[in-house]
Amino acid sequence: MPHTAVPRPAFPAHATTAVAARATSLSKVYGQGETQVVALDSVDVEFERARFTAIMGPSGSGKSTLMHCMAGLDSISTGSARIGDVELAALNDKQLTRLRRDKIGFIFQAFNLLPTLTALENITLPMDIAGRRPDREWVSRVVETVGLSGRLGHRPSQLSGGQQQRVAVARALAAQPEIIFADEPTGNLDSRSGAEVLGFLRESVQAMGQTVVMVTHDPVAAGYADRVIFLADGHIVDELRGPTADTVLDRMRMFDAKGRTS
Amino acid sequence: MLRTALRNIVAHKARLMMTALAVVLGTAFVSGTLIFSDTVGAAYRNAMSKNLKDVAVSVQSASPRNADGDGEEPADGRRDSALTDPLADRIRTLPGVASVRPSLSGDTIVVGKDNQPLGREWGNRGVNYVPDRDGKDSRYPLREGRAPASAGELALDAKSAQRGGYALGDTVRFATDGPALTKKLVGIVGTDDPQVTSGASLALFDTSTAQKLFLHPGQYDELVVTAKPGADNQALTEQVRTLLPKDRAVATSGTELASQEARFITESTSSLTKMLLTFAGIALFVGVFIIANTFTMLIAQRSREIALMRAVGASRRQVVRSVLAEAGLLGLASSAVGFALGLGIAVGLRPLLNATGAGFPDGPLVLRPSAVLTALGVGVLVTVLAAWLPSRKAARIAPIEALSTVEAPPAQRGLVLRNTLGAVVTALGVAAMLYVSTQKDSGALTMAMAGGVLTLTGVIILAPLLSRPLVALAGKVTTRLFGVTGKLAKENALRNPRRTAATASALMIGLALITGMTVGGHSVQRATDEMVAKDLKADYKVTSSHFDGIDPQLSKKAARVSGVEAVVPLRQVGLRTTGDGFLSLTGTDLTQLPKVTDVRFERGSYDAVRGNGIAVSRTKAKELGWKVGDTVEAEFFSGKAKKQKLTITGIYQDNGIVRDALGAASLIDPHKKPFKDDEVLVKAADGASAGLGKEIRDALGNSPLLKVQDRDALRNQDAGAINTMLNMMYGLLGMAVVIAVLGVVNTLAMSVFERTREIGMLRAIGLPRTGIKQMVRLESVVISLFGAVLGIGVGVFLAWAGGSMTANSLPTYEMVLPWGRLALFFGIALVVGVLAAAWPARRAARLNPLESIGAQ
Repeated sequence: MPHTAVPRPAFPAHATTAVAARATSLSKVYGQGETQVVALDSVDVEFERARFTAIMGPSGSGKSTLMHCMAGLDSISTGSARIGDVELAALNDKQLTRLRRDKIGFIFQAFNLLPTLTALENITLPMDIAGRRPDREWVSRVVETVGLSGRLGHRPSQLSGGQQQRVAVARALAAQPEIIFADEPTGNLDSRSGAEVLGFLRESVQAMGQTVVMVTHDPVAAGYADRVIFLADGHIVDELRGPTADTVLDRMRMFDAKGRTS
Repeated sequence: MLRTALRNIVAHKARLMMTALAVVLGTAFVSGTLIFSDTVGAAYRNAMSKNLKDVAVSVQSASPRNADGDGEEPADGRRDSALTDPLADRIRTLPGVASVRPSLSGDTIVVGKDNQPLGREWGNRGVNYVPDRDGKDSRYPLREGRAPASAGELALDAKSAQRGGYALGDTVRFATDGPALTKKLVGIVGTDDPQVTSGASLALFDTSTAQKLFLHPGQYDELVVTAKPGADNQALTEQVRTLLPKDRAVATSGTELASQEARFITESTSSLTKMLLTFAGIALFVGVFIIANTFTMLIAQRSREIALMRAVGASRRQVVRSVLAEAGLLGLASSAVGFALGLGIAVGLRPLLNATGAGFPDGPLVLRPSAVLTALGVGVLVTVLAAWLPSRKAARIAPIEALSTVEAPPAQRGLVLRNTLGAVVTALGVAAMLYVSTQKDSGALTMAMAGGVLTLTGVIILAPLLSRPLVALAGKVTTRLFGVTGKLAKENALRNPRRTAATASALMIGLALITGMTVGGHSVQRATDEMVAKDLKADYKVTSSHFDGIDPQLSKKAARVSGVEAVVPLRQVGLRTTGDGFLSLTGTDLTQLPKVTDVRFERGSYDAVRGNGIAVSRTKAKELGWKVGDTVEAEFFSGKAKKQKLTITGIYQDNGIVRDALGAASLIDPHKKPFKDDEVLVKAADGASAGLGKEIRDALGNSPLLKVQDRDALRNQDAGAINTMLNMMYGLLGMAVVIAVLGVVNTLAMSVFERTREIGMLRAIGLPRTGIKQMVRLESVVISLFGAVLGIGVGVFLAWAGGSMTANSLPTYEMVLPWGRLALFFGIALVVGVLAAAWPARRAARLNPLESIGAQ
């Protein structure tokens, strides 16, 4: 199993206290009346700074909705979602866009690179949008970390799936956001490429102090995290610190059994 | 498969809307033109048949009015006719003749109460009122008042009376060939006369007054014979002919007259129809690009669907047929709408063209089945043809693509073949145009047309290749000005060179033609300006709208106006020389001529121009191969002693006032029949600033026939004509540009749809809505400007090459680039880009980032 090769991180002292993002009584309701669906039901959760948190749960559990709400991609019905000190519910579309641009990094399942731009241009895109000059040293460090040095001039169509997702990781890291949200980042990758990508995320937390929140249904992927939160039916039902693929899998089996009996 | 086609249309109706609109506009243009020409033709025929209904024989005076009156010239300078009352009476006694209507007419300009001439530029006439047995003239039924019965009275057609602000009892001012006259308005008439229904003014006098104005007492221009029932027209015509004085009158049967007019009508409407259809064709051609673009994009989007159909057993042919059926249905529906719109165009075209002085008669709308079928057929054919290449592409989609989960990058087929073909066609076109640029007359017109079409086609084929450097260059600017959105816009425009090229080409075609005409028109205008400015030293030019010219007495009157330094009347006569050369010889008082124009002699001088010695312009001398000292045989068109020997005593630089040749008054005047001045040039002592125009006009009797123009007015007169022509071209080519704009909208809307996920991602990582809008808008602007650069470039090249053909007829011609206009076209392309992007950009900005990222 690739994850066993990754050493457990040494937890930096400062990180244990600080919170990068927090949800308080966060609810998300879709539709109205008969067709109303409660995706999140009064969720309270904190995402610690410089930690790698995984959100798990079966389809329809609300794990993606939680991430989208926290990332300012979806609106909140009631309650509060904060990135740092910023209350997302109080922001309009323009302010949310700016928040995403300046404070949040994204990694999507389907890579989502611009096919017209080179790898490097894709990596610096968020800073170009913000009109900020990229920190060259930092960018080259990130590029080296994800192992893309020789391929910066390539277009996405000239890269493999794993390489494309590494570009996406580099893009999220390059802007040094307060928090990175990754939505099933290994979903479209073979296990080897997936392990690489997760390794980089792990390392970015460990070596660069990055905060990462990842939605996944893969216990192996969750095993790379510092902490796993389990969602079911819009509630946080459990959490696991210092998980391994095996402990995660065990916990999931337990839920399944519960689900069958209840 | 038809069901699939129909479902597809319904499913993609929004995306097909722009394409449909392009077909609609094109077919509307075609059907509008066809209905219009049918309607006008019918109106003409209708008017003609009313006019000729009772005509069995028409007898017309045989000395045509615009000949230079040979031989027996009456003292008063008027025409003479052999058609008299006794002749009319003799015809009346023939068996089979029911009646003879003696009529005469002449140029008559009526001015309104505001002193402005009524009617239109030409064809304004005065006629005699011919009462029947019951005292009424059936041709001109009275609407108000009574018929003119004495020398002091006249009647007007209803339209002119209304436009002039005249009511019964008012005094009407008019002129025929001399000073202004006045008569009392006693009647207002209606008429079916096509000249009048299409805008000319008509004045009616009693017969003896009309004869005094236009001919001589007892004379007529035409005797219209009506037959008794059962009489044979042809036989009657033969009988009438025996009564006519030899060579002085001709008899034409009514049937023959009808067929002559029918031929004339067909000719005059068909040339206009052809021109309009050409522009409709251009509009449809532009539409082809949009249709082809749309189907290419739809098929790309639907490739998985098509692959699935192939996987479950549809053959290639069925796929092609399904696409073509979709195109056919779209074409049919759009053409039907286009035809309805065409009806509106047909209705609106007549007043529009008449406003420019065309003069088409009123008439009910004529809808022929052939027009309906042509419009629908053309619409369907164009759509299906345009969809043909994309349908081949659809057929090549392999069934396996249905199973692939990975989004295949769009396979870019090589452009090598296309570029080679484009280079060859462009080279042919450019070579043809370079050849044309060495030609000096319009003989090379066919070559120029072929060269122009080839050049345009070649550039269209090469457009994908050209798009790279040009769009990249534009992208540098947008990146510099707008940062990352500018860069993304550039990359998007470059992403699919074929699509960008097709979109820009549509715009290029219209702009190339518009630019070519503008450059040509302005250069011609500049050349004429230069002729006026260079050669005219006089401050005023007096001309007459009467073809005979100006009464010589008038120049003497003008000379008496205080502040006038010199009055120089010019008289021109035509002559034929050995070797079939024609020459227009200008004569005047040579001692006064230098005051109004500067004739620059290369050989000889004014002194040598006397007796039979003439000076000729350089161009004419070159054309006829004459040198100073040559003696040539000349045959004057009129006057006694027609054949004379002339000596070439001087050669001067081409002069816009004294055109071909200059001779002494004593040489020219005997050949001037009737003896009138063609134009009178007036030099004011204080120059044009003296503002003597009104004084001169008053001194000349304030005749509505006379035009007194200062230098500015002369210049504007040419500019006005050219501008009217250009504006009409702009209007006609505007349709092609509008369709091209629809193409830009279409391409952008499709692009936004295809890039939904990218747009969602950009929104997610922090590009605000305004940034998305800007990105789409800049892409649109880049594409539009690419089209504008190509169009303006090709247009200027074609105008440069074609302009040389005017070298002979307009020696001062030199290409001038109207920078203001060109900049305006460029600016319009910019605005077009921004406007075309409005809707697609809004749609793109409104996309929800979450949903977009999930979109397939």
